[in-house]
Amino acid sequence: MIKTYDVVIIGAGGAGLRAAVEIPKEYSCAVISKVFPPRSHTGTAQGGVCAALGNMEEDSWENHAFDTVKGSDYLGDQDAIEVMCQDAVRAIIELEHMGMPFSRNEDGKIAQRKFGGHTKPADPADPYGKRIPVMRACYSADRTGHVMLQTLYENCIKNQVSFFSEYFVTQLLVENGACSGVVAMDISTGEIHTFHAKAVVFATGGYGRAFQITSNAHVGTGDGTNLVYRAGLPLEDMEFFQFHPTGLWRLGILVSEAARGEGGILKNKDGERFMQRYAPTVMDLAPRDMVSRAIITEIREGKGIRGSDGTDYVLLDVSHLGKKVIDEKLPEITGFARTYLGVEPTKEPIPIQPTAHYAMGGIPTDIDGRVLANEKGDIVKGFYAAGECACVSVHGGNRLGTNSLLDIIIFGRRSGKAVAEFIKTADYSPLPKDTEEQTRKEIEALKTSTGKESILNIRTELQVMMMNKCGVFRNEKELKEGIEELKQLKERYKNISIQDKGNIFNTDLMEAIELGNLLDSAEATLYSAENRHESRGAHTREDYTNRDDENWMKHTFITKGNGSEPKITYKPVVITRYKPMERKY
Amino acid sequence: MELSVKILRYNPEKDSKPYFQEYKVPGVAEDWRLLDVLHEIKWKLDGTLTFRRSCAHGVCGSDGIKVNGKNRLACSILLKDLNYKKTITIEPLPAMPIIKDLVVDMTSFFQKYEVIKPYLITKTPPPPDVERFQTNEDAEKLFESAKCILCGCCTTSCPSTWTNDNYIGPAALLKTYRFVFDTRDEAPDERLDIIDNPDGIWRCHTIFNCIETCPKEINITWHISQLKTRLATREF
Repeated sequence: MIKTYDVVIIGAGGAGLRAAVEIPKEYSCAVISKVFPPRSHTGTAQGGVCAALGNMEEDSWENHAFDTVKGSDYLGDQDAIEVMCQDAVRAIIELEHMGMPFSRNEDGKIAQRKFGGHTKPADPADPYGKRIPVMRACYSADRTGHVMLQTLYENCIKNQVSFFSEYFVTQLLVENGACSGVVAMDISTGEIHTFHAKAVVFATGGYGRAFQITSNAHVGTGDGTNLVYRAGLPLEDMEFFQFHPTGLWRLGILVSEAARGEGGILKNKDGERFMQRYAPTVMDLAPRDMVSRAIITEIREGKGIRGSDGTDYVLLDVSHLGKKVIDEKLPEITGFARTYLGVEPTKEPIPIQPTAHYAMGGIPTDIDGRVLANEKGDIVKGFYAAGECACVSVHGGNRLGTNSLLDIIIFGRRSGKAVAEFIKTADYSPLPKDTEEQTRKEIEALKTSTGKESILNIRTELQVMMMNKCGVFRNEKELKEGIEELKQLKERYKNISIQDKGNIFNTDLMEAIELGNLLDSAEATLYSAENRHESRGAHTREDYTNRDDENWMKHTFITKGNGSEPKITYKPVVITRYKPMERKY
Repeated sequence: MELSVKILRYNPEKDSKPYFQEYKVPGVAEDWRLLDVLHEIKWKLDGTLTFRRSCAHGVCGSDGIKVNGKNRLACSILLKDLNYKKTITIEPLPAMPIIKDLVVDMTSFFQKYEVIKPYLITKTPPPPDVERFQTNEDAEKLFESAKCILCGCCTTSCPSTWTNDNYIGPAALLKTYRFVFDTRDEAPDERLDIIDNPDGIWRCHTIFNCIETCPKEINITWHISQLKTRLATREF
């Protein structure tokens, strides 16, 4: 069945909903999501969203932009970073006007706190000299993402946006450089629908579920990223995957950086505050890539604590902050420690280990969300992307905490605005022939397969391999082994079978398709990581330990091979005013 | 250890009515989430078992189910918090049509949520370039209600919901509080009018099931009582 809308947005997290708010009412707009909008992963963001409001102390958007560029290890495109940081203040005020509840300071303004990598010059006269942490993260206790998602959902209800909740997109329709829509399955009935649209926006989130230990929800399976890759379009900087330093031991559940922003400290098994050796000026508030490396290094040197599951952890101590601060500012995360580990954070430290958290790379776009067809900058007509699935690139090699919630509202809005402008004059691109045939065939094949492979085995092996061979530290030998293992997993995937053969709410089928998406996202990540012979941001090579600006100050564009190895090309980094320097904190 | 679980199954493509199926799940530990047990069954024993889940740590609100007679989130309850030596009984949330197994149709739940106009309504334009001011004390008055994850555990635990499909339910009332008591909102009377009827707030008989079941430990009845007081004392 064909449904026709001016705009179809895939994904109902922050980026998708923010884009939807921007579509004028005289146009038809459908938001498709595989979960109900308030279930989206944006809701699990905790610590804050940053903007140089200066509500607590002197700050400027230029400070924020400098931190973001430096945090990205100089891989972020500086024009996009300037756009984001300059617009951040307006965007936060706008969210407040939309109704988002924020914690407040003594003047009744939005409260702000410290976060990793957010700094300002110690001496204003020396902007590139010593820097000290600054209160820039705007927050709502430790539920900032939750209330942001709710606020955006509420504004979509107000604007009467049409939702197709629990629809699962299986195909991106792109032909002759133009996008004409998507194919999706209604999960509750199993019916297949074609959505014909003038413009399609992908806001499909990340793929943390490719890793064994992750903070990501089960829905984070890189569906959108993979549909783009499979359509023969490039993905950008897929080797840059962020490990958040403080995941709850064993479970990977996020323990916000806000814990350290409020004064929490990391300790090794000797009780030593080890971050003072790795980042003497900002210590525990160093950016995430550095803290994750420090933790793994401590563990490798035998200074971790061995857990009952055989993995090692270090400790995050917030007990000295006192019950009042903990209950008021960190209630959610300390609740997780109590519920899942039986740890009482007001009295004892929380066991933590790095957890796969965020894809810096993704679908390449310009600053208005237009998807790039190649490294030369050609555009795919009528196709936009925003949020974690996209790569603008504002995060470069490493994203700063709180910049993800900012990214989704800035570039979600910009995509929405660009789409609103585009559909004024654009026509519908013609649909390809037999649009739904590929999806029907794939589903039929999965349902009728009598293969002996299980989803569980292949997925678990993939997750363990990605964690061990494409994790915080990487080297050529392990990455090549990873690529070989992945090839075998992809072969075996052809022989999976599912038990549920029905049409109605078939989650067995969905998990099988999602696993296919994870395998391709992992492929793009592994090949890009093997190819980049340097260490930059979250991509740390034990065999190429230095950043190599001469050869590698460029974005990776990876395209799926046609029955052969993926193809890699490059796009230069945009530099405006911030010259690359050594990255020390 | 081996765990015994009894799950209400229903596949409309095959079954004329729901029935219980018992599973013996080996190799579980008491620090497992109940969601881990459901996954263990789905991934190793029976791929047809169907349930919703996403974040797996009590934030997204997907996996509300009835466990030993009480509504809970599968991801927020550990086996050690249940009497796991006896068979654990799992059913879908009550008072909503079953789509399949533990998946219920939440259409009416979300419709009731939309009825109360769950968005900030203002008549005065906001100050240009700055936020609306609000004291932290006033902001924090909203935080408990804003914590709600719309999982549906409260509304479907309420006997008033069981006996009357039209009752708006505690989740929608909690959301009403979230806006009526927001110092920035300028339409409290509009919302109070919506809930001021026999199928609205007055069908709440302070039975406290909602508090008992809320996975986010929100004192929902207290919030409803604040609305009742506001309604009883408002002047026209």
